[in-house]
Amino acid sequence: MKGLRWFLGLIGLVGTVAAIILLPFPSLLAWQSVYLEKIFFILVLCALMCLWRVLMGPTPADRAAALDIFGILIIGFCAVLGIPTGRDWYIDIAIAWALQSFISMLALGKYLEGRRFDE
Amino acid sequence: MSNINELFGFACIALGLAFDFFGCLGLVRFPDIYNRLHSSIKCVTLGTSSILFGLFLYKGFTHAGIKALLCIGFLLLTAPVSAHVLSRSAHKSGVKLWEGSACDHYKDDKDAVS
Repeated sequence: MKGLRWFLGLIGLVGTVAAIILLPFPSLLAWQSVYLEKIFFILVLCALMCLWRVLMGPTPADRAAALDIFGILIIGFCAVLGIPTGRDWYIDIAIAWALQSFISMLALGKYLEGRRFDE
Repeated sequence: MSNINELFGFACIALGLAFDFFGCLGLVRFPDIYNRLHSSIKCVTLGTSSILFGLFLYKGFTHAGIKALLCIGFLLLTAPVSAHVLSRSAHKSGVKLWEGSACDHYKDDKDAVS
């Protein structure tokens, strides 16, 4: 039973990534390169896996770790978003998100330890 | 992709995407919080750093490229610290290890001190 579940999950993941890479999707946004759309689809797939862990995590620490990794993925998303639009200020959003995610993770760690914020 | 800088930039971005994908796969598949952090935080940090370095190769020495290098520095400074804080607070809040784990040195050290 466990081997069957492993096999089905592996088939689903490999099929999804192969469909993203190989199939010609209908163009959602009018960008020049098809390659950039495939980059965004794979990043959205990673973000959905992080949100699955946020939804199903058995302990609060699991959800906090998944939120941390989700924040790091958003930095990469903002960095890639600067290429097709040609706007340079997306990388400013990435830097601000990195610092804000670090501070919020420190606060969540103190909250999970059960200590107050001013000690 | 006429320019050689764009070609190497897209190669770096593809490498970073592979690291991100396998890091998130480890986040979904591993059994407890310590294994999940151990598998995913290193892969995702290196993958996002590779994406930002690909952006630097694409843009060259402009404002956006230098800011991408700065963001790599911030990411390499802050991501391991936040992962350490999260795993330490999880251990202090009483999250059990997986039953197949070999040893728990942090619990041994706390027992030796107290």
